[in-house]
Amino acid sequence: MSEGLHVQDIESFYGDFKALHGVSLSLEPGRVLALIGANGAGKSTLLKSICGLVSPKAGRVTWKGRDITGLPGSQTVALGIALVPEGRRLFKSLSVEENLILGGQVGRKGPWSLKTLYDLFPILNEKRSQPATSLSGGQQQMVAIGRALMSNPDLVLFDELSLGLAPIVIKDIYAQLPKITGQGMSAILVEQDVTRALGSASQFLCLAEGRVSLAGRPGDHSRDAISAAYFGT
Amino acid sequence: MDILNTILQGVLVGGLYALFAAGLSLIFGVMRLVNIAHGDLIVLAAYIAMEVIKLTGLPPLAALVFVVPVMAAFGYALQRGILNRTLGGDLLPPLLVSFGLSVILQNGLLAVFTADSRKLDAGALETASATIGGISIGLLPALMFATAVAVIAGLQYLFYNTALGRAFRATSDDAEIAELMGLDRRKVYAWAMALCLGVVAIAGVFLAIRSNFDPFMGPGRLIFGFEAVIIGGLGNLWGTLAGGVILGVAQGIGASIDPGWQILAGHVAFLLILALKPRGLFPRMDG
Repeated sequence: MSEGLHVQDIESFYGDFKALHGVSLSLEPGRVLALIGANGAGKSTLLKSICGLVSPKAGRVTWKGRDITGLPGSQTVALGIALVPEGRRLFKSLSVEENLILGGQVGRKGPWSLKTLYDLFPILNEKRSQPATSLSGGQQQMVAIGRALMSNPDLVLFDELSLGLAPIVIKDIYAQLPKITGQGMSAILVEQDVTRALGSASQFLCLAEGRVSLAGRPGDHSRDAISAAYFGT
Repeated sequence: MDILNTILQGVLVGGLYALFAAGLSLIFGVMRLVNIAHGDLIVLAAYIAMEVIKLTGLPPLAALVFVVPVMAAFGYALQRGILNRTLGGDLLPPLLVSFGLSVILQNGLLAVFTADSRKLDAGALETASATIGGISIGLLPALMFATAVAVIAGLQYLFYNTALGRAFRATSDDAEIAELMGLDRRKVYAWAMALCLGVVAIAGVFLAIRSNFDPFMGPGRLIFGFEAVIIGGLGNLWGTLAGGVILGVAQGIGASIDPGWQILAGHVAFLLILALKPRGLFPRMDG
């Protein structure tokens, strides 16, 4: 119970809108969870409630045995939680390298540094002094992933990795994913492409209208059951 | 030769306007705060300098050793204690609070120091000059301009080459995501305000050496600062210097035609530029 991430019955708001109605999940260290669900199901709000950008109004979030409910984002990162936000949200007045350096600012020790990141994504080394937002969509996504990894997190929240990217680029990025999560890191993967998400994860959680509609291991449920849970039918 | 002289004096005065404007530009750039009390803070710095000089007997420029840190600490506390509470959504609350602060500062200064106008005495520095090619250059205006260039170069360096500058830029771009990099925006904003009021302290002391000051001259300095920022283009520090220089030259030319036209000429130049180039002469390229 003390290891990993445990979310218990949280209720969170997106503005005035109640986006989560009592959601729970557990994630053991080193595991990847696919978080699926239709638009507006509460996936992003759940991620934000974990990393501290949204403060849940009820329920508890514990991480490594510590209650982190409502802890601000500037502190969760120091505890090893990193977010790759939807739409990348790179700092536009910073260069590629400055974006990465900022990601490592909290100074956690671990395998990731500018050097190891440039080994993973050599193109970023080439473009390191360019403004981050001048890169192509796929390259910007690499910067966003790199920026999160630079804090040497134990848990990475990936929000819509493939949104707006060409299929070939998505394939490339997913090909790198095992190298990233293979370092003993846990991850939560939010993805529109259900097949791809389930294929990369050892467990999944499906949200519909702010509630858990189905959860388990991908092999335990039929396509039809998952699709029914996805659409909330 | 006369016109050349007028322009040169205008350029040098423009340095002072750039010092008024630099802090304003910095604060707007980092936290989108339009600080109505900026001019009054300049005047506050002048009065603090006056008190420091009374206590220590230091010459005005040496008093900066005390005035700059005092103003910077005040800025940090002001941001943490008051202004941070107003930021976040609407542009209006911080505007109103800084307006209130302006009223409080003016009346506070009036209560403590009366409405008598004061001046800081910098001795021989005020009248010293050098003649180059038939044009007489005052040492004080030259020093003022050199200080403005140094301050802006310093801010520019800080913004683009230090961790603090990186934090300023990142928080300005996307405060929410910057938070996830471990940057507490309340602290980042407080450092920006501290830096701003450090520059304000320099501006206040130069203002007080150059001319008389009283508790109510803040809003006028605020307008000059605003105009310099807008002329130069928001978010461009070197543009702000250029804006100050244009304002100074326009005022100088106006005054040489008729002394009553000095201020008006500056405003007319500002309006012309605003009409022709609404984003200023040198808007920042990105975004």
